Amino acid sequence: MSYLSLTDADREQMLATIGVSSVDDLFRDIPAGVRFERELDVPPALTEAELQRHMEELAAKNVVDEICFLGAGIYDHYVPAVVDAVLQRGELLTAYTPYQPEMSQGVLQAIFEYQTAICELTGMDVSNASGYDGTTVAADACFVAKHATGRSKIVVTEATSPQVRQVVKTYAPGFGLEVVEVPHEGGATDPDRVRASADGAAAVIFQQPNFFGVLESAPELAAAASDAGAMPIAHVDLVSLGVLEAPGAYGCAMAIGEGQSAGNAMSYGGPHYGFLAARNDYVRRLPGRIVGETVDADGNRGFVLTLQTREQHIRREKATSNITTNQTLLALAGLVHLSLLGPQGLRELGETCMALAHHAKTELQAAGFELAFPERATFKEFAVRTGRNAREALTRARARGVYAGYPLGRDYPGLDDALLVAVTEKRTVDEIARLVEALA
Amino acid sequence: MKLIYEKSQPGRRGIGVPGTEGLEVPDVPAELRRETPPRLPEIAEPEVLRHFTELSTRNFGIDTGFYPLGSCTMKYNPRVNERLVGLPGFAQLHPLVEDDAAQGALELEWHLQQILLEVTGLDAVSLQPAAGSQGELTGLMLFHAYFRDRGEDDQRRKVVIPDTAHGTNPASVTMAGYELTPVKTDARGNIDVEDLRGKVDEHTAGLMLTNPSTLGLFDENIEQIGRIFHDAGALMYYDGANLNAVCGISRPGDMGFDVVHINLHKTFSQPHGGGGPGGGPIAVRDILEPFLPVPIVARDGATFRLDYDRPKSIGKVRAFSGPFGVFVRSYAFMRSYGPGLREMSEVAVLNANYLLAKLKGAYELPYERLCMHEFVLSARGLKREHGVSALDVAKRLMDYGFHPPTIYFPLVVPEALMIEPTESEARETLDAFCEAMLAIAREAVDEPEVVHSAPHSRPVRRLDEVRAAKNPVLRFRFEDHPEEQGAGDRQLEAQKGA
Repeated sequence: MSYLSLTDADREQMLATIGVSSVDDLFRDIPAGVRFERELDVPPALTEAELQRHMEELAAKNVVDEICFLGAGIYDHYVPAVVDAVLQRGELLTAYTPYQPEMSQGVLQAIFEYQTAICELTGMDVSNASGYDGTTVAADACFVAKHATGRSKIVVTEATSPQVRQVVKTYAPGFGLEVVEVPHEGGATDPDRVRASADGAAAVIFQQPNFFGVLESAPELAAAASDAGAMPIAHVDLVSLGVLEAPGAYGCAMAIGEGQSAGNAMSYGGPHYGFLAARNDYVRRLPGRIVGETVDADGNRGFVLTLQTREQHIRREKATSNITTNQTLLALAGLVHLSLLGPQGLRELGETCMALAHHAKTELQAAGFELAFPERATFKEFAVRTGRNAREALTRARARGVYAGYPLGRDYPGLDDALLVAVTEKRTVDEIARLVEALA
Repeated sequence: MKLIYEKSQPGRRGIGVPGTEGLEVPDVPAELRRETPPRLPEIAEPEVLRHFTELSTRNFGIDTGFYPLGSCTMKYNPRVNERLVGLPGFAQLHPLVEDDAAQGALELEWHLQQILLEVTGLDAVSLQPAAGSQGELTGLMLFHAYFRDRGEDDQRRKVVIPDTAHGTNPASVTMAGYELTPVKTDARGNIDVEDLRGKVDEHTAGLMLTNPSTLGLFDENIEQIGRIFHDAGALMYYDGANLNAVCGISRPGDMGFDVVHINLHKTFSQPHGGGGPGGGPIAVRDILEPFLPVPIVARDGATFRLDYDRPKSIGKVRAFSGPFGVFVRSYAFMRSYGPGLREMSEVAVLNANYLLAKLKGAYELPYERLCMHEFVLSARGLKREHGVSALDVAKRLMDYGFHPPTIYFPLVVPEALMIEPTESEARETLDAFCEAMLAIAREAVDEPEVVHSAPHSRPVRRLDEVRAAKNPVLRFRFEDHPEEQGAGDRQLEAQKGA
């Protein structure tokens, strides 16, 4: 086995030093009744070249050559080459959580810079070092809200990603939380209905742009939550925050979201990162790792994991969460991508997505398709009625080389004929023409 | 070293974006439009790359050197796996494609499930959980679902956890809405069975146990412990953090455990990335299978599909089917070993016992036994006689070029040094580490000040963690650094001026 260094001579000498005669003797504390006495029944070992071939064969069974208009939470944005180069630095890739800061200044400073970027984008005061993904950070936010308000109801809009809602509902019983959903009306959420439901709620979670790509009246939704004493929590797309207002600027208590759009390949759903940011009032209730600035013995700036009295390894059953491993490397990818874009690039990225999506809408309408929510302003995604069952429409489009979108009927009864179409900066006018043809 | 925000100059940029020529950019409604640009860095591509390269030189990974961080299983991360995860057929696959477009991914996930079942000795697996601690929480949700199904959920509110447990176990218990029942460790480092007997009854939902424990010791009474819980109608949860000790040697399912999480970023070599990602699949006994999170990867002859049609499922615990890139790397790692996974664990245990044999004279060994894949020493004697603590030893190891062990854990051992070499190391590396540990023990006697003031060779000296927590500075404060002011401010001022 080429990953192991010990020679037979090494083993003999080491066993002698230990004072046992065989490797089996090392396991004498394991009761006979629970020893595993046969060989593991797993596929045979492969050499590196054989492994490469096997994995290429598996990869070739996946279909990735259809033009991708699929989004619904994960998007086909461009990942710059510099991101890959940074992530392949072994000192960063193969390090553990930075428990020993003098060995880990690289990762710690990078997380501090990431926290700064997330705060800037969301308009919040403090960010953690990342959560697992855009769904689990919503559950984390519910835990914060429950303990910050002492209330036990969470309101979430139906126009929030179905996967986010499902995960919140899975976590809620353990947290002692009840979950109430507010229906959308014509693709957007009515602030008055939020106000009616928010009475006695710990938090109101809404998505901006929402799952349909529609721009919600986010400031009004946040106000409706605040009026009822509930924490307004916005689930946002980092790529939108060059053109769309920051949640902190319209009164949100927390901002959360899926970070994949910045810096991560789609990779069949992960690993990606969730971001979670909040106002200062909640800093000591936040889940997960947080990096802070300090000085060393010579007075020079350095960085450490901090506010650890929130965390499981100190507080155990009284911790603010059980998070240990997070998604640092993927968050670093996000930081690198955002650093390459800068404020100007991020705004242009948002504008290009909007312009291409608008073009796709216009072309589809010109070809006779109706939009599901024609009155609504959208960002990079929109729902179009296909004139037939959307899954059938998708199958026909795929036969023409276009993965046309996400059939909304899967999550929203009454939208069985609608496809959710995502248009990133990677799509072109020609590809949009092929989308229109493929759906015709 | 400067922060990336301190290198920013207005007007620079690191990457272009396809333009909007010939397209209409729709207006964002005024009340939703961003007016103040975020102060992201403005830097050209070469300097972005150099910034992060410089950061990497201030970090230490398993690629750099020996990293015996106990309970973290810092083993070699094969480079071929990084190449494989980047194959376009994997990296560019959207998670919501229909199953016919993801047959290769699903086949990989299905084979990974099968290997995990064989290694754990259980009946069904979910790949969903994103990390070990999420696996724990998911496992406890399964406890609730199982007992709810039997009408016993209101009655069974307690989960038993030994005092050696990882902090994640009690934290997960609280998050799942259970109450904690702690149990003591006996003089041989096993669970104190007498203490346990009085604590398990009809109100007990189950046990959470790491075996081998965080002391690196296999619980010699595991069969008896299993009977105590199962006779009381309770369940057993196995924290798989230390699975690297027993692959192909002893299986959690055979030990009596009903739920197991597997840390793919430990035993199965997903690189830890400075904090993550991880992967925490859970394997369960057949009685718990109906409650597993959705989806499960199912096989129908030669085709594979995501099975969401599971009416008793607890639901979803994260998005999609799980962290697929982690699965690619761990599956590749397993295929490189094949049945030789047993040899992996044997060598991990051999390496640990070799270090233990060479170090136990110079540091105190609280439990005089052979160890499994890791062991815990105490610097209590050095502290008492020479004022040199476990923290001092850890910091001084850095000067010898090694990452320190885990320190001050488990809590039952004062001045703990928890050392896990893994199977990846050459004998020469282990010898060099022992020489450093022995040299530090001598320094503690002869020149303790050198040890107290370590490290001397890192980019920073010892850091003031108390100050960081007392006066939290958790982001770059642009307003405190007007000379480094980012473009956002200047644009804003320009707008105000206009």
